[in-house]
Amino acid sequence: MGGGAGMTLSRGTVVIDIEACKGCDLCVDACPPDVLVMTKEHVNSKGYRYPMLLPGCTGCRACAQICPDFVFQVYKYETPQEVA
Amino acid sequence: MTRRLLEGSEAVAEAMVAAGCRFFAGYPMTPFTEVLEHMARLLPEHGGTCINAESELEAVGMAWGAAATGTRAATGSTGQGLSLMQESLSELVSAHIPMVVLNMARAQGDYFQATRGGGHGDYRMPVLAPKDAAEAVSLMATAFELADQWRTPVLVFGDYYLAHTAQSVDVPEAGTPPAAPEWALDGSTGGSGRAKLLSPLGDHKRRDDVGYDLQEHYRGVARSVQEMTEGIEPRYEEFHSEDADVVVMAWGTPGRYVRAAVKELRDTGVPVGFLRPITLYPFPDAAVQRAAKHAKLVAVYENNQGQMIDDVRLALEGRAPVRFIGGLSLDHSGFGIAPDLEVATMRARIEEVVGTC
Amino acid sequence: MLIEREGLQVVETGRPPDAPARLVDDFTPELIDVGTHGLCPGCGEPIAVRAVVEAIAELGLTQKAIGVFGIGCYTAFSNNLDIEVLQALHGRAPSLATGVKRARPDTFVVTIQGDGDMVNEGLQEVMHTAARGEAVTCVMLNNGVFGETGGHLTATTVLGQRTKNTLEGRNARDHGYPILLADVIATLEGASYVARCSVHDAGNVARTKRHLTRAFEVQQAGGFSFVEILTMCPTGWFIDTLDAPDYLSGNLAAVHAPGVVKDRRG
Repeated sequence: MGGGAGMTLSRGTVVIDIEACKGCDLCVDACPPDVLVMTKEHVNSKGYRYPMLLPGCTGCRACAQICPDFVFQVYKYETPQEVA
Repeated sequence: MTRRLLEGSEAVAEAMVAAGCRFFAGYPMTPFTEVLEHMARLLPEHGGTCINAESELEAVGMAWGAAATGTRAATGSTGQGLSLMQESLSELVSAHIPMVVLNMARAQGDYFQATRGGGHGDYRMPVLAPKDAAEAVSLMATAFELADQWRTPVLVFGDYYLAHTAQSVDVPEAGTPPAAPEWALDGSTGGSGRAKLLSPLGDHKRRDDVGYDLQEHYRGVARSVQEMTEGIEPRYEEFHSEDADVVVMAWGTPGRYVRAAVKELRDTGVPVGFLRPITLYPFPDAAVQRAAKHAKLVAVYENNQGQMIDDVRLALEGRAPVRFIGGLSLDHSGFGIAPDLEVATMRARIEEVVGTC
Repeated sequence: MLIEREGLQVVETGRPPDAPARLVDDFTPELIDVGTHGLCPGCGEPIAVRAVVEAIAELGLTQKAIGVFGIGCYTAFSNNLDIEVLQALHGRAPSLATGVKRARPDTFVVTIQGDGDMVNEGLQEVMHTAARGEAVTCVMLNNGVFGETGGHLTATTVLGQRTKNTLEGRNARDHGYPILLADVIATLEGASYVARCSVHDAGNVARTKRHLTRAFEVQQAGGFSFVEILTMCPTGWFIDTLDAPDYLSGNLAAVHAPGVVKDRRG
């Protein structure tokens, strides 16, 4: 989803409960626009890596549906946002 | 109430329905089978359900489910079937779920199974041992009340004689079963933030921890069992038990014959007495101790290799010698029909023991 | 709104968005309390149980539902659910469910059992309950392994699958063949609706929810329904969490084939 030069359009976004995550990676695999990426160095207080969100989320909820630990809260923007 | 001549199985079934039982599940096995037949006939007439379960395991499971909804539920079998149910009986105690369980036993070899907690773990349950159908009828309401009061399975210990002897009995009219207690499940607390739990592993949901705390739960169960033991007044029948040289003890059906033999001897001046526990758990320790205070000997008759006699010895703590005058007494059927059960035989054994004092 | 993290420009995800937006999925459905659970990373069971309670809520059955749980990893997870829970012994949930439903036909009764619980210990119970056509729904969480005890062979373990007691992989000569329970249940006249599905990706999670919804409607109409849900168990399968979805679809689902096995509603 292209926006202006250097910009990506996001139709949705998520709130990530970092502390609930167990680092299983299923959300990364499940995300159709491929906008989730696991941390490499940062871990939560239990020692698990957790996901970060890149621009381009569509609010499709796949991450929330597949997550065994209820890490995600999913929002759909009223108007797609250009994320800078 | 009208006196009717009823076979024991039918009397027991009617008494259960009269006591408010509205769910029964069982698997046919001699000499329990007829109770199942009568419950299958009676329960639908009173708006209840009787299921011919596909195994004893499923029978106790179905009764467990029904009891969880606050319905007065019961199951039963004979000794072997009770063996299959033991895991569930033990866990019903931990889950604090009431139920009445019948053992229509073959002879008296299931005393240990009944009173020692035949299943795994540290638990006890109340055990009532009626001597005949009439006493079973009179105790049935108590069985269900004890189950509800202490939230525990209660065992009613009958036998082939009780099940298959016709006796004149007074069965109370069927009343309305009590309302479901507040711990019972019906789905309605779903979504409230405090939806109920009934589990042998814990009493309450622990949402922010990882699962159940078994240690805490089992300590609580042990406390409940202790409170129950102390809270139930032991029942017994006694006849000159406190002024006898020899006190003869028996339980269940043989108790009737032993009492008759003791009465005959007493009438001829022989200083014997009789004591019959009706609650096998809690065992009437105090009554046994009182009986032995002036006795030279306590004799125990039972149709097994000696089981209740252990509880007698434990109660007496060595205060008086204890002698076993029972034993296996079976016919070729193996169903516990005891050729020894006649007053003359009992009397001879008692006289022999009196002669040694 | 973008911040720099580990060399990437990432979206801030610590709080709800400032721009006008609609919440489309909350952290947990209303019937799962926010709280931690001790199930392994990548476990499919919470995903499956979430689908069950969401279907219950969507059909308006929240205040009639009683979940009868077997013994397995999911047992502890029942603590996190805000529906009434009746805990059964290993294998015994169907007989308890029968007792509940016969005593209180106005309730909605669903069993949640693992494959070890239902197909090993409790095979007789689920089959008789189906044969009797009891108006309950039995749900199997099938990961082909006894997870809670550490990863052992069950009656649904597929040939070639490595478990702690089949370290070289299950083979037919020594360990026999898996039981495809949904297919067996479907042969029973008393079973009205039998389906198999999985939770290894979002599309299949949605399909699982649809099968559960249909199964629950069958119970409402008085029939017995059965839903087998294939779940990931990377711990029990000795693989990485990320490899579990493919392992499920390539191995477990290849034998326990997803789909509607029986639907008697015409």
